[in-house]
Amino acid sequence: MLYTLLCYNKEDVVWSWSKEEDDAVMDRLNVVHERLVKEGKLGPALRLLPTTAATTLRAPNMVIDGPFAETKEQLLGFYVIDVPDLDGALAVARELSAANPTSVYEIRPVALYAPEARPNAPKERVKSY
Amino acid sequence: MSELIHDPAWMHGALTAARPQAVSALLRYFRDMDTAEEAYQEACLRALDSWPRNGPPRDPTAWLIFVGRNAALDRVRKHNRDTELPPDNMISDLDDVETPMAERLDGSHYRDDVLRLLFICCHPELPVTQQIALALRIVSGLSVAQIARAFLISDAAMEQRITRAKARIAKADVPFDPPGPAERAERLAAVAAMIYLLFNEGYSAGNEPERAPLCDEAIRLGRLLLRLFQTEPEIMGLIALMLLQQSRLPARFDSAGEAILLENQNRSLWDAKLIGEGLALIDKAMRHNRPGPYQVQAAIAATHARAATASQTDWAGIDALYAALERMQPSPVITLNRAVVTAKLRGPEAALAMIAPLEAALSGYFHYFGARGALLLQLGRSAEARADFDRAIALAGTPAQAAHIRQHLDRLMQDAR
Repeated sequence: MLYTLLCYNKEDVVWSWSKEEDDAVMDRLNVVHERLVKEGKLGPALRLLPTTAATTLRAPNMVIDGPFAETKEQLLGFYVIDVPDLDGALAVARELSAANPTSVYEIRPVALYAPEARPNAPKERVKSY
Repeated sequence: MSELIHDPAWMHGALTAARPQAVSALLRYFRDMDTAEEAYQEACLRALDSWPRNGPPRDPTAWLIFVGRNAALDRVRKHNRDTELPPDNMISDLDDVETPMAERLDGSHYRDDVLRLLFICCHPELPVTQQIALALRIVSGLSVAQIARAFLISDAAMEQRITRAKARIAKADVPFDPPGPAERAERLAAVAAMIYLLFNEGYSAGNEPERAPLCDEAIRLGRLLLRLFQTEPEIMGLIALMLLQQSRLPARFDSAGEAILLENQNRSLWDAKLIGEGLALIDKAMRHNRPGPYQVQAAIAATHARAATASQTDWAGIDALYAALERMQPSPVITLNRAVVTAKLRGPEAALAMIAPLEAALSGYFHYFGARGALLLQLGRSAEARADFDRAIALAGTPAQAAHIRQHLDRLMQDAR
């Protein structure tokens, strides 16, 4: 079974950590990461930039600064895309939005990307259920 | 979480992050800076006692505001048994004192509260150094000793500077009504300027670790402002500018502490995380098509950040950005900066022609003579270059500036031999 773990924290606290504090947390996490990689359990992992860097597409022509802030909808899935800039990301989000008009897309730049590390990672689409 | 709460660093981080919003909300209730600060201190003391025992509250900021407000009201009530009652207008919002702590504090209140607190610090009657010191003390919560160290003055002198600033503000007319759109824009601009001054106070100081917290604090305040005003392109631009400049810090000085010019810096030392965030923010700001000086300066910094090597710099793009900046904020200093770019594009001769008319306006400006000396040097006009370098050294504001010019002079001496 594939799972995603979504990590929540107070970004104003986390992003005011000093480099030493940040490194100390990352070092502790990396111990876990490395073991998970050895055990073949870790897929791609990402650290996101803070929500101040986010933009939200509510409808193909409705772009809002900032993160998705409503509580009426729930997180149902996510994409990782590789595009040159925010306009490129918005173009992709617009296409998705046109195909699935009730969905909202928060566009958040990735700060750190750790690629798939499972040696036997599937090369094609898998349904995990 | 239950383990984290026993970690002093976690507590410290949580209290520091909550401070601007908590103090500014308490200021709205009590309309008095000292009362607001004391109430916040009291709330922190109670948090240090209560959170490790009971676990952290879901919303630490709301908790601190509620507890701080009650603590201060208690003190006022006790005090009042033997003194006269305060006039009602001393304490506003008494009605909602009993509302439950879990109340969701309204985001728009927070916004104007924090903006007001920052705006008070940049009161036009305060000299810039007092504005910055006050913001660091009241909004960031740095200790007087920490601020004194960053400004390289004694604790007593800094204490006096802050006391004086507070006394001036107490007498000044502080606007407590919610601002209208035009006032809000005005306050945002004043606060943005103060935050950038704070950043520059740290950035221009050179390689002095005591002053590094100034840049970090400016970025933290900038991020706070952007979280509250998410659609302001100039605030995005300001933070992008600070992040992109700060990203070069690890490469700005050599092991002897001498400044290294942008073109000679080891770009692999630039902080990629800060660059990523800065580029994302400037990208976001530009979509608004409402350019302003912070965005343009950030775009210039972004152009440098995008160049893998100095020789790959898009000088024509930077020249166009400086031209835009010149139109927005005509100033001889900006023309001087543009001339440095012109030298890359069209040679030192063209740049010298551009800056010749600026001499009167910039006759006391270190960078003018430093830059002109360097241009003259490129043209082989050594005697004139030396004269300019001598003038630059006389005008240097920091040892790092003087040392940098001395390198040029040393090279001139060697060439002369």
